[in-house]
Amino acid sequence: MAEKGSRAKALAGGTDVLVQLRAKRYLIDRLVDIKKIPEMNELTCTEQAGLVLGAAVPCCLIYENQDVSRLYPGLIDSAFLIGGIQIQGRASIGGNLCNAAPSADAIPTLIALEATCNIVGPKGKRTIAVEDFCTGPGQNVLKDGELLVSIHLPPPKRNSGAHYLRFIPRNEMDIAVAGVGASVVLSNGKIESARLALASVAPTPVFATKAAATLVGKEANEEAVLEAAEEAKKAAKPISDMRGTIEQRIHLVGVLTKRALNKAIARAKGAE
Amino acid sequence: MSLKIHVRTTVNGEETEFLCEGRQSLLEALRDILGLTGTKEGCNDGNCGACTINLDGRIVDSCLVLAAEAEGKTILTIEGVASIDGLHPLQQSFLEQAALQCGICTPGFIVAAKALLEQEPDADEHRIRHWLAGNLCRCTGYDKIIRAVLDAGAVVRGAK
Repeated sequence: MAEKGSRAKALAGGTDVLVQLRAKRYLIDRLVDIKKIPEMNELTCTEQAGLVLGAAVPCCLIYENQDVSRLYPGLIDSAFLIGGIQIQGRASIGGNLCNAAPSADAIPTLIALEATCNIVGPKGKRTIAVEDFCTGPGQNVLKDGELLVSIHLPPPKRNSGAHYLRFIPRNEMDIAVAGVGASVVLSNGKIESARLALASVAPTPVFATKAAATLVGKEANEEAVLEAAEEAKKAAKPISDMRGTIEQRIHLVGVLTKRALNKAIARAKGAE
Repeated sequence: MSLKIHVRTTVNGEETEFLCEGRQSLLEALRDILGLTGTKEGCNDGNCGACTINLDGRIVDSCLVLAAEAEGKTILTIEGVASIDGLHPLQQSFLEQAALQCGICTPGFIVAAKALLEQEPDADEHRIRHWLAGNLCRCTGYDKIIRAVLDAGAVVRGAK
């Protein structure tokens, strides 16, 4: 891959890259199937070390894994939303991240869960936070010859919960008009910390730090959630396109932030 | 011009080999190289599910798999669904419930539904509709398809 530089691409599930190649979105000389590299298929999940998710692990193996389902229900929300069953049999969370679509259903969740990217390239290894990975629509920080090997999720904190949801006009199999990933940590009924990230409302997924900051130290109640939702709307910088207008998307961010936070709080309190 | 790739795979229970180009999809290989034209091409970008096959126990859109990736894998296509004893319960119930009109989507629906019924023969309507969300039908309005799968489920679990 290093030899071919920007004329090389990695193939994991292929559900984005093969479509883009066929549409001639870019021209390449080499497509490298990474699925036989052991590190790319790692799926190790423990309460002590967290989750190491190889970049090529398909969504179906994530939501069928009992440990991941128990410890990271927020991630399961995303894995179960991407495409239909046929797509989930192939598509990976790592691929969803590398594809860097503003509408990616996994990226807000990964940001909410404080995930980091393990990258390997000709110059060695590096680790960066998921919120720093996407640089534009379809663009990411990977340099020529570099590969995303795995994603690491830290162990879930005590009394924490996360949720991702999106709005689409159909029930399944569609691209988010807007999406919100949220995580909270509770302590004696108060919100100790929170993270929020938005999909489909900017050129990259948005890490809505100001909105999350409004929650810190507050009682986990409706008032706090509504204030964060209002602040999240200010972080959204959407465009109008065939999927939705600016006004609709900003409105959706408010509604979805409220719902994502309510569910994350419920999960932190021990609900499913 | 690159060299062709030699692929060995098992298709519908038979060991098979073929030569393909690196750029070719598994859908193309099945239809154009192996002559298995039961698997249909609809959108060719992973939206419609007409090209659904079973690859190592998972349903996938064969348009989104490269033919070369089939090396060493086990494939089931619509041609492998019926047995020497006759039609699969799903095929029979699709006929009885008139769950098809033009028929282009039918092989994909049957291969997808078969994978569900093998794991969950008692899948309810909601579960079936969710499982088949990746298969589009522009004729039937889906109700007859769902009824056919529910009916076949009853046959598979011996309740009918």
